[in-house]
Amino acid sequence: MQEVHQTTVMKPPITRVGVIRWARANLFSSVFNSFLTVVTIYFLWKIVPGLIRWAFIDSSWATTGAQCRAGGGACWSIVTKNVRFIIFGFFPYEWQWRPLLAMIILFSLLIVSRNRRYWKKWLGYLWLIGLFVMGLLLKGGLFGLPSVESTKWSGLPLTLLLSVFGLTAAYPLGVLLALGRQSRMPAIKSLSVVYIETIRGVPLISLLFMSSVMFPLFLPEGITINNILRAQVAIILFTAAYIAEVVRGGLQAISRGQYEAAESLGLNYYQKMRLIILPQALKIVIPPSVGILISAFKDTSLVVIIGLFDLLKTTQATLSDPRWMGFSVEAYIFIALIYFTGCFSMSSYSRRLERELYRGT
Amino acid sequence: MRLLKVCAVLVAVALIATTSLAIAGETLDSVKKRGYLIAGVNGGVFGFSMPDEKGVWKGLDVDTARAIAAAVFGDATKIKYVPLTAVQRLPALQAKEIDVLCRNTTQTLTRETANGLNFAHVNYYDGQGFLVSKKLGVKSARELQGATVCVLPGTTTEMNVADYFRANGMKWKPVVIEQTAELSKAYFAGRCDVLTSDASQLAAHRATAPNPAEHVLLPEIISKEPLAPVVRHGDDQWYDIVNWTVMALIQAEEFGINSQNVDKALRDPNPEVQRFLGVIPGLGAALGLDDKWVYNIIKQVGNYSEIFERNVGVNTPLGMERGLNGLWTKGGLMYAAPFR
Repeated sequence: MQEVHQTTVMKPPITRVGVIRWARANLFSSVFNSFLTVVTIYFLWKIVPGLIRWAFIDSSWATTGAQCRAGGGACWSIVTKNVRFIIFGFFPYEWQWRPLLAMIILFSLLIVSRNRRYWKKWLGYLWLIGLFVMGLLLKGGLFGLPSVESTKWSGLPLTLLLSVFGLTAAYPLGVLLALGRQSRMPAIKSLSVVYIETIRGVPLISLLFMSSVMFPLFLPEGITINNILRAQVAIILFTAAYIAEVVRGGLQAISRGQYEAAESLGLNYYQKMRLIILPQALKIVIPPSVGILISAFKDTSLVVIIGLFDLLKTTQATLSDPRWMGFSVEAYIFIALIYFTGCFSMSSYSRRLERELYRGT
Repeated sequence: MRLLKVCAVLVAVALIATTSLAIAGETLDSVKKRGYLIAGVNGGVFGFSMPDEKGVWKGLDVDTARAIAAAVFGDATKIKYVPLTAVQRLPALQAKEIDVLCRNTTQTLTRETANGLNFAHVNYYDGQGFLVSKKLGVKSARELQGATVCVLPGTTTEMNVADYFRANGMKWKPVVIEQTAELSKAYFAGRCDVLTSDASQLAAHRATAPNPAEHVLLPEIISKEPLAPVVRHGDDQWYDIVNWTVMALIQAEEFGINSQNVDKALRDPNPEVQRFLGVIPGLGAALGLDDKWVYNIIKQVGNYSEIFERNVGVNTPLGMERGLNGLWTKGGLMYAAPFR
């Protein structure tokens, strides 16, 4: 008979594996960490059930304001009942599919443009066609679409209009200003410096006030310029000054040798910047420029103070209706989610772009 | 590069297209030539001027503007509304961006003189009041010694309440809150004893209380706030049109003519009514308007009573009584000069 050697597989002590080990390593590794864990758990235990109860269990989703008041929980009805006004504002009710379609086109174009492989000439033309169609949908007046005054553009389409056009126009302007500030020509250099420092020296609110309150008083008799356009220009001018300084940082990070190498190849100024300097400089400054773009996107909500009905203002208008007054938390959570979606997709795209660009070099 | 040029051209075209050139002459002529009235409104005051959930403008100020459009065009829908903030409203009128301002604006001496504006007939008499909880047991504003008061900053409201407490030798503590909607929240959450604002606004705030019956408006009204449509100095004809449009609303109520019975009233034998409605011509032409102007206003917008009840009256969330805004024959201040 052969001897059978039995080996029993011993499990490691329970304290070394699984949940307990993880908890020990991550939550209770020292006295202070244990203390923090306990405190955090206590607060979560105090807050989360109440929050869930408020937001989901006791909440009302499609009631009137009065029923909400009786209900006690979160009143999401303020959003569901007023969503079309919050999103589209004054756009004529029966034509609200037009801004909706325009926004869908905009988002599709943005999603397509995310992919760098598609950065070809046809994408440029696609954007031009898209912009034309979006303008047509909003403005109307052609192909049997009734014309809609730009004063009726409000809500989310207005926020997107101000931010998308504001950012796309401000970026090239900012790059030009940064190059101007680096220029050896004194006139261009001093103009750029004065412009950048003046704009950066005043808050955006004051620029918006200037454009909406002061500016019309200086115009000749009877000439009025669209309020949205004035705000748009103010946002572009403001953002461009900040972009310029960020891009200048990138230009200074490029070593002297790169400039000299480009010049020794006989490249002229335009070729040098376009082919050698800017591609490197702009890549370096992706994180700070995205930071500026994100804050510019959020800053568009400041147009509230000059009476434009952007997403924030349509929400506030809904909140001053006595039937819905008092449910500001719910309404603000809703638009906060919209703003978060915008900002988060910008920052996640910038991280992706950074990864791709660095892998390429 | 070519793409860049195309973009530049497109931007230039867009800039030119959105820049509307409107050379203004006499206001009535330019309004008629343009084809619609441009009215400055508030946009955030329920019952006065606010969009409903479909984005349609509603309110007492909005109806006043509609009445002006009905008088000028015979069509109350020919209006463009421009929502304006408190800071913007007077410059917008001065810069001729709007034809008339119907934005719960209080008539004051400096606004008429230094700002170069004319206030037409008052379309709402408001005044600042106090809202308190019944639990406080306060019967009069004189008993508010040491109270904390929730108030909006930067308005005449804040100054009025400071003046009132100082004049009566009482101490108070302001709780300043920027947003109207947050004001009532703070008050109901117990952050202050008293909520002060225009009486019409207090009614709206009270309507949002968990239990409206627990709160009372104190009898003292500490300021006069005659709210009226505003036009620029220098165009008397336009001022007359706006002024007499408001008076026509009041006179129609006095005659008992409303949007329902105005067609029947055309056959009224009373010569005053016949002149009023343009059956005997003359009054419209004197203003530079169609002789049917009053008929159009009443038919499309209604008389003052209809406008009041529809927007701020007892059956609305605001639940305002006529009070000072009643006809002079019923103890109010609404009094129209004779139409002759």
